[in-house]
Amino acid sequence: MSNNKPRTLFDKVWDNHVVQRKEGFPDVLYIDTHFIHEVTSPQAFNGLRNRGIQLARVDQTWGTADHNVPTKDQHLPIKEALSRHQVETLTKNCDEFGVKLYGLGHPFQGIVHVIGPELGVTQPGKTIVCGDSHTSTHGAFGSIAFGIGTSQVEQVMSSQCTLQNKPKAMRIVVDGELQDGVGAKDIVLYVISKLSASGGTGYFVEFAGSAIQNLSMEGRMTVCNMSIEMGARGGIIAPDQTTFDYLEGREFAPKGEKWEESLAYWKSLPTDEGATFDAEFVYDAADIAPMVTYGTNPGMGVGVDKSVPTPESESDKKALEYMGLKEGEALIGKPIDYVFIGSCTNARIEDLRAVADFVKGKKKADGVNVWIVPGSKQVEKQAIAEGLDQVYAEAGFELREPGCSACLGMNEDKVPEGMYCISTSNRNFEGRQGPGARTLLASPLTAAAAAVKGHIVDVREELTTA
Amino acid sequence: MKYTKSTCVPLNIENVDTDQIIPARFLKATTKEGFGDNLFRDWRYDKQDQPIADFVLNQDTYKGEILVAGKNFGCGSSREHAAWSIDDYGFKIVVSSFFADIFKGNALNNGLLPLVVSEEFLAELFADIEADPSTTLEVDLESQTAWITGKEDNKQSFEIDDYKKMCLINGYDDIDYLLSLKENIAKYEQDRVYAFNV
Repeated sequence: MSNNKPRTLFDKVWDNHVVQRKEGFPDVLYIDTHFIHEVTSPQAFNGLRNRGIQLARVDQTWGTADHNVPTKDQHLPIKEALSRHQVETLTKNCDEFGVKLYGLGHPFQGIVHVIGPELGVTQPGKTIVCGDSHTSTHGAFGSIAFGIGTSQVEQVMSSQCTLQNKPKAMRIVVDGELQDGVGAKDIVLYVISKLSASGGTGYFVEFAGSAIQNLSMEGRMTVCNMSIEMGARGGIIAPDQTTFDYLEGREFAPKGEKWEESLAYWKSLPTDEGATFDAEFVYDAADIAPMVTYGTNPGMGVGVDKSVPTPESESDKKALEYMGLKEGEALIGKPIDYVFIGSCTNARIEDLRAVADFVKGKKKADGVNVWIVPGSKQVEKQAIAEGLDQVYAEAGFELREPGCSACLGMNEDKVPEGMYCISTSNRNFEGRQGPGARTLLASPLTAAAAAVKGHIVDVREELTTA
Repeated sequence: MKYTKSTCVPLNIENVDTDQIIPARFLKATTKEGFGDNLFRDWRYDKQDQPIADFVLNQDTYKGEILVAGKNFGCGSSREHAAWSIDDYGFKIVVSSFFADIFKGNALNNGLLPLVVSEEFLAELFADIEADPSTTLEVDLESQTAWITGKEDNKQSFEIDDYKKMCLINGYDDIDYLLSLKENIAKYEQDRVYAFNV
C-alpha cells in the first residue's frame, strides 16, 4: 500500500486493515479492538454457541455493563428483572467464553466509550468496533471506530473481521478561537445543525482545523462521539502531542520500547499534504454560540440566543408539537425540570470539573432535579478525590454512580412525561429519555447554568457577570 | 427473496430513528424473537397500552410486506433490534429515499431489504397508496428494479452490492463466508503493518 499518492488519515488506517478487497464484495476489515456490553452481545454469543465456536481473538475483546445499570446502590442486585437478567447474561457469557469483563463492582467499570480511552486501550491507528453507535467516540485518537449491529458483533467475535463497504471521506475544518463559554459540545451541535441529522451519511469525517487541534482529548471525544448524529459512520482526528500526552502511562497503553515504536507509527498517520476528500466544509469557530436543540433530532439545534425556527416540513411540525414549543419562541428563559449531566458524550472528568467550577458557591433553582452521572468508576473516584462531590452537594446537585443513565431510558433513570430536561447526552429523539420526555441537548456548562437559573440561559452572560 | 409483490404500509415521516422503531426499554431480551410486538411501540400504543387508532399499523386499510417510510429512515442508535422488530412484524422490504448506514447494514444482515428509491418515486408511491390502499409495489431483486403495479413504464432501479444480493437471493450467511477466510486472516495478522500491544 506504499505508493506516493497523498493519503488521508482515514485511508491509511482503513487500508492497513483490509484483509481482502474484491470487486462487488465489501472489504474484509480486520478489527484490533472489540468492546462489548450487555445489550447488543447476548444474541451474538448465542450464535457462537449454535456454531460451536469460540471467539477468534478473545484477548482483543473487552466487556463492560453500562446501559442497564442503575446509578444508585450499585452494590445491591439490580431491581428490574429484565435488566438484571441482561447484565447477568453478559457475566455468564464472558465467563464461559473467557472475555475480560469490567462489570458492576469492578474499579474499571463504566460507559464503554469512557473506559476504552481512559484505560489506554483506545490508540491511534486502531480499528475499533462495538455494538453501539457512539463507538465513533474513539476516533478522537486517530483510530477508525464505528458502531455495528449484533450480526456484525457475531462476525467480529467469530473471525476478528467484519464486512464493510469503505465509506467516502469528508473533512470538516473548524478554524479560529472559540468564544468564552463555548466548547466541544457546541462545536459539534453547530456542525450537525448546519449539515442536518443525515448530512454525513455514507461518510467518515475527519475533523481538523485549529479549533479542533486546540481541544483536549476529552473535547475531541465529545466531537467524534456525535459524528454519528449527522449520519456519519464515524469521526476521526489526527493524533498529535495532545493525544500522546493523554495516553502515556495509562493502564493498557504501550510501555517502554513499545511506546517508542508506537509513537513512531502514530506520527506517520496524519493526513498527507494534498490528500483529497469527497466533501469538505469549513467553519469559523468565532461564529459558534452556546448551542441548544429545540426539536427531536440532533440536527434541530440553534444558538441559545436564537428563537425556535419556522418548521420546514410536517416532520418539523410534529417535532415542535412533541416538544411543546412554538415557532418564534425565545429559547432563553424556557423553564426546565431536569438537568442531566452524563453519557458517553459528556461524563468525563473535565466535564465534571467544568460544572463544579461554574456552580461553586451557587445553588440549583427550586424544583429542578439535577443528576450528575460520571462516565466511569475512575471518573467518579477522581471527582471525589478533587472534592467535586462537595461542590455538587452544596449546590443541590445529585452525584450518582456510573452508567448510561438517563441518556436512553433503558435503566431506572428516566425523565417523566412532558418534562423538559436539559441534557449533555447525544440524542433528543422522542421518548429517548423516557416516554414523553422532552430533551434539550446542550453542553455541560449550559446545562449547569440552566440548573442554577431554572431556565435556559446564555452561559456567556453568566460568565461575564460572575 | 427474488421477487416480491405486495401492498404497502405507508409511514410518511422523515428521520424515523431506531428509538421510535423500538424504544430502549424493549431491548432487554437476550434472544432475537418477539420484537415485532413492540415495533413503533410509542406511536402504536398509548400509555394504557391501548392501540392508537391514528397510527398506520393499527389501521386495517393498510397491510402488506412492504413498509414505505420518509427519508433518513433508521437513523440513531445501532440497535439491530430495529431490524429484528421490522422483520419479526412481517415486513420483508422497507422503501425510503434514504437510509441511515448502520440500519441499512443491519437490515441486509437479517434478510430485510432496504430499498432506496428517488424522492420523486417515493412521493408518487405515497400518493398512490393514499389514493388507493390496494396499490401494490413489485420488487425484482435479480434485475434490481421496483415499480408500482400498472406503471411498468416507470421502473426504478436500485443499488445493492453483488455480495449482499447473492446473500439475499440464496440466504447465505456472512459468518460462513468470514470463517472460510480463516487462512487469509491469519496471514494478515502475520504480515500487518503494525501490531498493537493490546
